[in-house]
This record gives sequence, C-alpha cells and structure tokens, in this order.
Amino acid sequence: MKKIRYDKLPVHIFLIVSALVFLLPVWMLIATSTHSPEEIIQHGFQLGIGEHFLSTYKSILFEKEGYTKSVTAGRMLINSLILGFGFAIGKVIISSLAAYAIVYFRFRLANFLFWIIFLTLLLPVEVRIVPSFEVLSTLGLLNSYTGLIVPLIASATGTFFFRQFYKSVPDELLEAAKIDGAGSWQFFIDILLPLSKTMMVALFIVMFIVGWNQYLWPVMMTTKPEYSTLLLGIKEIYQSNFEGSYLPEYNKAAAMTILALIVPVGIVVIFQKWFVKGLVDTEK
Amino acid sequence: MKKVQFNHRFLPYLFIAPQIIIVVIFFLWPSAMAVYYSFQMQDAFGVSMQFVGIDNYRDIFANMEYFHTCVFTLLFSVAVTLFSLSIGLFLAYKVNTILRAKSVYRTLFMWPYALAPAIVGLIASFLFNESHGDLYAFLNQLGWQFDPKSDPFDAQAMLIFVASWKQISVNFIFFLSGLQGIPRGVIEASKIDCQSAIRRFWTITFPLLSPTTFFLLITNITYAFFETFGLIDTTTRGTPMGETKTLAYKIYQDGFLGADIGGSSAQSVILMLFVLALTVFQFKYLEKKVHY
Repeated sequence: MKKIRYDKLPVHIFLIVSALVFLLPVWMLIATSTHSPEEIIQHGFQLGIGEHFLSTYKSILFEKEGYTKSVTAGRMLINSLILGFGFAIGKVIISSLAAYAIVYFRFRLANFLFWIIFLTLLLPVEVRIVPSFEVLSTLGLLNSYTGLIVPLIASATGTFFFRQFYKSVPDELLEAAKIDGAGSWQFFIDILLPLSKTMMVALFIVMFIVGWNQYLWPVMMTTKPEYSTLLLGIKEIYQSNFEGSYLPEYNKAAAMTILALIVPVGIVVIFQKWFVKGLVDTEK
Repeated sequence: MKKVQFNHRFLPYLFIAPQIIIVVIFFLWPSAMAVYYSFQMQDAFGVSMQFVGIDNYRDIFANMEYFHTCVFTLLFSVAVTLFSLSIGLFLAYKVNTILRAKSVYRTLFMWPYALAPAIVGLIASFLFNESHGDLYAFLNQLGWQFDPKSDPFDAQAMLIFVASWKQISVNFIFFLSGLQGIPRGVIEASKIDCQSAIRRFWTITFPLLSPTTFFLLITNITYAFFETFGLIDTTTRGTPMGETKTLAYKIYQDGFLGADIGGSSAQSVILMLFVLALTVFQFKYLEKKVHY
C-alpha cells in the first residue's frame, strides 16, 4: 500500500463536490425518466430509480409522439445519426482535400481561395438566417438531408486543422516521393492519408458531436416531422408539456433528453484522448 | 508553405473546388443577400421590395428595444465569459496539482462539452420549472422570490448561470491541456524561488497560459453571442418583456418569425461587422502581445 496523503484530501473533496454540480442534473433526469407521470407530478423530480425504465424508453422509441403524432423518437435518433455522421464525414473529406491543395500545390489563386474559405468564420449561421433559408428554398433543398448537412460542412475549421497538420509533415517525404516518381494523387493516398489517420479520427469525433448538436439549422430547414432530429423532437414535447397539458409526461421528456445526450457524452468519454487532441488541435 | 510543391494546371482547383462551391452557395450568396436586403423594405403584403437607403439602419439605432438587446448581450457575454473562464481555470489548476485519479477528474469535468446548448436549456427548464423544479423551489426557500417568467432580472440571472455551467467544460479542457504543456523544469525552478503558491500562479503559470486564455476569451464571447441561441430558444425565448434576447436571437425573431426581412438583415450586417472586428482584433493581438 502506498501512503495516503491526507493533505490532498480537501482538494479531492472540493473536486468531487464540483463534479456533482455537473452530474446531478443529468442523474435527476435519468431517475425521473424511470418513474410514472403520476408519481412525478405528486412527488416532483426524482433521485432514485423507479420501475418504469423499460416501458418509458420502449414507448418513446417505438410509439409515435409529439404534436403531430407522426414520428417516433427512434426515427429522430436515426436522423440525428445521419446528421452527425454525414456532417463529420463530409467535413473530413472536403477539408482534407482543400488543405492538400493549399499546402502542396503552387497555383495562382491559392491565396485568394484561402481567404474565401477563411471568410466563413465571419459568417455563423446565426447572422445569415433569413437569406440562408431563401437560398435553400430556391434550390429546393428544404426538408432534405442534403439541405441539412451540406451547407454546414463548408466552414473553415477543418481546413485550418489539416493545413496545420500538413505543414508539420517533413518536406523530405514529398522530395523522396517525387524522386520515386509518385504523382500528386498517389502521394495523397499512399503517404499523406496514412500519416493523417489519427488526425482524421480526432477531427471526425469532434465534428460528429458538433453535427449531432446542431439546433438552429435543423429548426429552420425542416418543417416535416420525418426529418426532425432528437433535439427538435424533444423541444416540441417540452413545449406541449409545460404549456398547459392535463397530465404532463415529464418521464418521456426526460427519457428523450437522455437519449439525445447519451450518444455525444458517450463518445466524448470513450474516445477521450482523440477527442481532446481533435479539439485542442483544431483551434491552434 | 512547403518549399517543394506540385505544379499542376488544374488538379489543385479540383481538390479545392468542393469547399469553394459550398462556401459560395451557402455562405457568400446568403451573406450578400443579407447586405442587399438591409437596404430594402418590404411592403405590407410581402410582395414587393423597395430600396430605402439606410432607413433600416436608422430605425434600428432609433429603437430602444435594440439598445436593450445590445446591453443585455454585452452583459451576458461578459458575465458568462468571466464565470466560465475563471471557474474552468480554477478546476483545471486544482486537477493539475493532484497526482491521484487525475484522469478520472478530467473525465468528470469534460463530459458536459458534449451537451448541446439546447439540451442544457431543456434540463434547465426542468430544474427551474415553477411547479416541480427543485432549483426554483430552493431559491424561493432561500428567500429570493425567484420568478424567471415575470422578473427580467431573474430570467437573466438564470440564463447566465446555465450558460456558464455549460461552458466551464470547454475552458477546463483547454486550460488543463495548457497547464500540462508547461515544462516541469519551469515549475520546479519557480518553486525554489518562490514559496507562495498563489504568487507562483499569478507570476509564472498564468502568464504562460496567456495564449490559451486569449484564445478562450474569443471562444467564450462567440459562444455567448451565437451558440447560446439554442439555450435561449428552449428556456426564456426572450421573455419576460424581451429582456433576455441576444442580438442573434433578435435577428431570428424579427426576420424568421416576425418577417421583418429588411430590419433583420440590417441587424445581421451589423453583427457581421462585429465578428469582423473581433477577428481583426484577434489576429493583431495574437501576433504581438501574447507571451509564448
């Protein structure tokens, strides 16, 4: 046994209490989601696990819910996954290619095009809401996965991320490849891609979470419930809950919230190392 | 850039094309439209547009409501940045001083990063709910007649609290990684020279963290300005009395829900100029004044 150092005890107590400040609200939702609506209304939100875990989650996943009663949380879960994966995959592909062109090629418009990409940082969705909606409706992309995903993947963060990484790759690699007669495409596929595997995974993880957590864009771009993501679906349930329904189904609202947060939280916790790498390196 | 590069007539354009096409269609085109609309006024039936010069801008600045929104957005950003930055730094510093279970604590403070602001808002609407919310009941038991539905101050305090709660994790992650990047030798040497841990922190550690702090400052401001949209939309939605609207939320309400295209676009343009100023500031400052 190592000697336990008691002088660090206050720090540990402080940190554990602080951690609880973050954990408790979510725990409370988990506990509440396993009780019946009647119990919750009588006794308020719960801290202990109740008996309705399976029935609540089964009913939200497979029964049609919400204002329109036309879509299940299972469907919304799939939509959220499509948005998360589509966004992350698109982002990795598009930005690794663009950064490759910028770093490894000498061409006339390089600087100008780089600045155009850079401009996207100035234009978050929130400042171009109405015209973005019009552009999408002009192109007929409202209520489609393309309209949901593609416009989001062009921002510069991923391109900067790969640009930074490519710059750190030693020049000798390219010289050697050129001597061996490798073309630019071959160099990219056979040398650069294997080298950037870790970076790609890291960026993918961060971007999946960003995609999954999109809110304003889906709010604007989808009016049909079958394109609804979990985040939108829950909002609807909450609104009908808190705005005067006879028996608010807090258990279902809580269960759907848990469903919407368990996937990104799980990814962050499980892929911690990659995630931190992806996050910290994107911003350099 | 690389010393050795490929020369090819069209390949680089092919590689960069997907991103440029998306940027032009979904970023530049709508943004140009926003600028154009900001000088237009729609008639009462929404059929035709008319050029009105800078009228939209004049209306905005003559409007007390816009002024209120500006004040709230600024206060909100400053408060959220201050709280989440300092608490995140404090937690990271404490976690970095202990040896045991460091990675457990890292996980415990990191996971809220994965929560969408909208989800955090929904959790808050549970806890602050007036009929069953535990925090609502708790605050009222303390003697604060807490009522975010009718008291603007209470609603603002609630938003600041919740928005900071969510943002602490990001600051924690970056500060912890910054602290771990400080060479051990520097810390050991400072321990010989200076007994007081607090002084060591402010004279050695904190200045060494300044690139991280500066970067996070910008991140937190953008978070408070833009990303808190989901949080506001799932909690107060600007009520009571329009006192909890950020600038971004007002653009959405006026333009998307209120169909005031011209006014909302003019607000967009103003916000774009703000982000531009912030970016220019970031670059100038980052180059010169920050210790590395």
